[in-house]
Amino acid sequence: MKKDINRRDFLKRFGLGASVVGLTLASCDSTKDKVAYTASKSELPTGKMTYRTNPKTGQKVSILGYGCMRWPTKSGGSARYEDEEIDQETVNNLVDTAIKYGVNYFDTSPAYCKGKSEHATGIALSRHPRNSYYIATKLSNFAPETWSRQAGIDMYRNSLKELQTDYIDYMLLHGVGMGDDGMDEFNKRYIDNGILDFLISEREAGRIRNLGFSYHGDIRVFDYLLANHDKYKWDFVQIQLNYLDWKHAKEINERNTNAEYLYNELAKRHIPAVIMEPLLGGRLSNVPDHIVTRLKQREPERSVASWAFRYAGSHPDVLTVLSGMTYKEHLIDNLNSFCPLKTLSSEEMNFLYSTADLMMQYPTIPCNDCKYCMPCPYGLDIPSILLHYNKCVNEGNVPESSKSENYAEARRAFLVGYDRSVPKLRQANHCIGCYQCAPHCPQSIDIPKELHRIDEFVENLKTGKI
Amino acid sequence: MLKRVRQIIAVISIIMVTFLFVDFTGIAARYLGWIAKVQFLPALLALNVGVIIFLLALTLVFGRVYCSVICPLGILQDGFGWIGKKAKKNRYTYSKEKRILRYVMLVLTVIAFIAGIASFVALLAPYSAYGRIASSLFAPIWDGCNNLLADWAEKHESYAFYTVDTYIKGGITLGVAIVTFVVLFILAWRNGRTYCNTICPVGTILSFFARYSIFRPVIDTKKCIDCKLCERNCKASCISIANGHQIDYSRCVTCFDCIEKCPKGAMTYTYRRPEKNVASSVEGDQVKISDADTKAEINASSKTDVSRRGFLASGVAMATVAMIEAKEKTTDGGLAVIEEKKIPNRKTPIVPPGAQGIRHLTRHCTACQLCISECPNDVLRPSTDVSMLMQPVSSYERGYCRPECTRCSNVCPTGAIIPLSRADKSSVQIGHAVWVKENCIPLTDGVECGNCARHCPTGAIMMVNSDPNNPESKKIPVVNTERCIGCGACENLCPARPFSAIYVEGHENHRII
Repeated sequence: MKKDINRRDFLKRFGLGASVVGLTLASCDSTKDKVAYTASKSELPTGKMTYRTNPKTGQKVSILGYGCMRWPTKSGGSARYEDEEIDQETVNNLVDTAIKYGVNYFDTSPAYCKGKSEHATGIALSRHPRNSYYIATKLSNFAPETWSRQAGIDMYRNSLKELQTDYIDYMLLHGVGMGDDGMDEFNKRYIDNGILDFLISEREAGRIRNLGFSYHGDIRVFDYLLANHDKYKWDFVQIQLNYLDWKHAKEINERNTNAEYLYNELAKRHIPAVIMEPLLGGRLSNVPDHIVTRLKQREPERSVASWAFRYAGSHPDVLTVLSGMTYKEHLIDNLNSFCPLKTLSSEEMNFLYSTADLMMQYPTIPCNDCKYCMPCPYGLDIPSILLHYNKCVNEGNVPESSKSENYAEARRAFLVGYDRSVPKLRQANHCIGCYQCAPHCPQSIDIPKELHRIDEFVENLKTGKI
Repeated sequence: MLKRVRQIIAVISIIMVTFLFVDFTGIAARYLGWIAKVQFLPALLALNVGVIIFLLALTLVFGRVYCSVICPLGILQDGFGWIGKKAKKNRYTYSKEKRILRYVMLVLTVIAFIAGIASFVALLAPYSAYGRIASSLFAPIWDGCNNLLADWAEKHESYAFYTVDTYIKGGITLGVAIVTFVVLFILAWRNGRTYCNTICPVGTILSFFARYSIFRPVIDTKKCIDCKLCERNCKASCISIANGHQIDYSRCVTCFDCIEKCPKGAMTYTYRRPEKNVASSVEGDQVKISDADTKAEINASSKTDVSRRGFLASGVAMATVAMIEAKEKTTDGGLAVIEEKKIPNRKTPIVPPGAQGIRHLTRHCTACQLCISECPNDVLRPSTDVSMLMQPVSSYERGYCRPECTRCSNVCPTGAIIPLSRADKSSVQIGHAVWVKENCIPLTDGVECGNCARHCPTGAIMMVNSDPNNPESKKIPVVNTERCIGCGACENLCPARPFSAIYVEGHENHRII
């Protein structure tokens, strides 16, 4: 009797199993259709790129500009952080794809990729007709030994040679406003040695088609240069713009200026803006989970980064938005955002501004784990410490006082997680403040200051002072 | 029934003591700290009069129940004996009391205590012996299990468990713990409570009272059929049927095994009737049974465990090395190699705040290791110095004596480390920092440092120019010894390796600043 039941049971189950298999097979077919459909939809259409017009020359410039500071290396990383040879074949391939889908603005500099960017960019571009793209490069005379007139001219001529061309479409004074005293440094780099006059004469001679500058740091230099617009006739200006920096740049770093001011100053004078850091060093693609959810919920099929790119492109006086695309995936994703650009509505802009407000409630340290500060000679694991802190900030585990609602859990998560993420001997309390790391940080984080601040926080947590 | 009650209490008791020793979170200390404080010898050293009177009264009323349900070493031996009885039933025999040995051991203990030979007392004290076994042998197993859970928790993004470092805190202490464990295992396995009735000073002291205990097991000679089942199951070897049904109450640990065993119900646990003397013997005539056997066994067992100790020690050492290697694998990549810190050559050892000074500590401490297993900062470890063998000393190469922690003082059952509040602790000077110019990073590497000054909890370290005439010169630390409390934050966090550029010298007597 018992045996019978078993057998019956067995058969029943077997039948059920078989029908499940059948269903799965059937549904497989329909899934296949769906996948094929999505794939064809995401296939990039040629000739859909959005272009902006240069008011002076009438040139059509693609809204997506290729930043050439992160060319891939042979080991597969970005040349910015590794002391390795650039992978020319992949660069050629990236450039070909970009041009195929309508990108025509390539932005490089004699300083990029340890000085190898112009050469690699020149090789890739020279394989295409010269009138199918615009070259932007810069006079990157940062080091004091390049402040002489002759050194500046040599640098400019070398750019022409490396880029295999006899004219530059977009020439920039590189990074004006940087240095301890921005105005003084600007004068030494471009005015006292007559280099700016030289470049203006080159523009008159037609070897420079557009002259502009890229701006970082000291706002006095920016204001000074715009006040003298009548004299210099800037054809374009490169600024840092994104939805976080629009209103919060000064909060993030005292030295910076909100993008809203920069952009409006340019728009007032009808000077086209070229946008750098639309992603804020990756911080607008690598965001806290709740921000991902928020952005993805509105546009499930678009990437988090695409919001930032479309935001930058949605300002009408923007000529092009630069993106340093190391990988093909970045290029494809950006082409999806810009072929064509669906400008954000004012409601969507406001949605991003409130997103920025939300992000500002979580004051993360702008570290993107490039490890450029490493190795610390005293054994600290700097990026791991900063990232653990950011992680706790993003997860709400940095309690402000013992009266905070989740104090006990947050304290435990912070301290236990700290020991997990960073071995005890590599934690912030071992930072001696030698400042050997700070100059290497591309985000200009005051690393020892941040480490001492985190250490103090940990100490307060441990001693129960907060 | 009585036996069952005894077993249940004993199991609960030993679990609590063991948990106290293996727990590293401080929870056990908070709720179970009292269990260490009711141990006889610690209470005696702490002059805890209430506990002493209670324990003596307990013994006077019920006999040596202390040895059966409170003393963890006694319970551990019962555990060993239980295994022994599984191997061979009815294995014990009566032996006469080795009174001379007991008294000699007691007198030696008292002399050693008065003379301040702490290590001898520490070696014999039963609670401390168990403490060393629990903290050296059981705690690593506990920690290992915890670390497995911590790994698992980490994978599941949970913060319920965290990893603890497991390492040998003191080689000598580990060796002593292993020897004690092995010797007791063999003794208890074969003969029950040999240690308790020959060596243990607490057992001897309690026996004075147990001889006159009000309640005790008695044999009803009318019912007794001389089957000797009670005698052969007496782990204290104190029942002699052949000699007029005598029970030596000085050795009886009131385990009730005999009462359970008696097939005729001839044994009862009852109060002493003044006029009656059924068969109770206080001293009784001693039967001439040679104790050479037992002695030979003791010798034999101590011989075997020399090699066994070596074997076990090397096994533990190998396991630890393997663990360390596995750990270090997780920390490579683009990181500078960190050299391990070495212990500086301190002229005076550092003892924890609350110990009042080296003399007070050595005189009161029974080296039970409770403070050492409690220390969350890896500061305390058993001393290897003969004058304070296995007693706690501080060193700062793994961590430092953190300002918020007073756990060792709160947990000490013997009053060797007297309880302190956090505020008191931060004003107790246990040593002072000494600067070593040759190692100081601003001078050797030419970089700014000041990590010692930044972390000094009392602000005793100031940074001054190394060249007083040059305000641009690199800054070096100076110590205001009046404000320094010797916590070791500076020594531990000093970037100089393997020897820190600033280290703590201990003080013989602590003072309040």
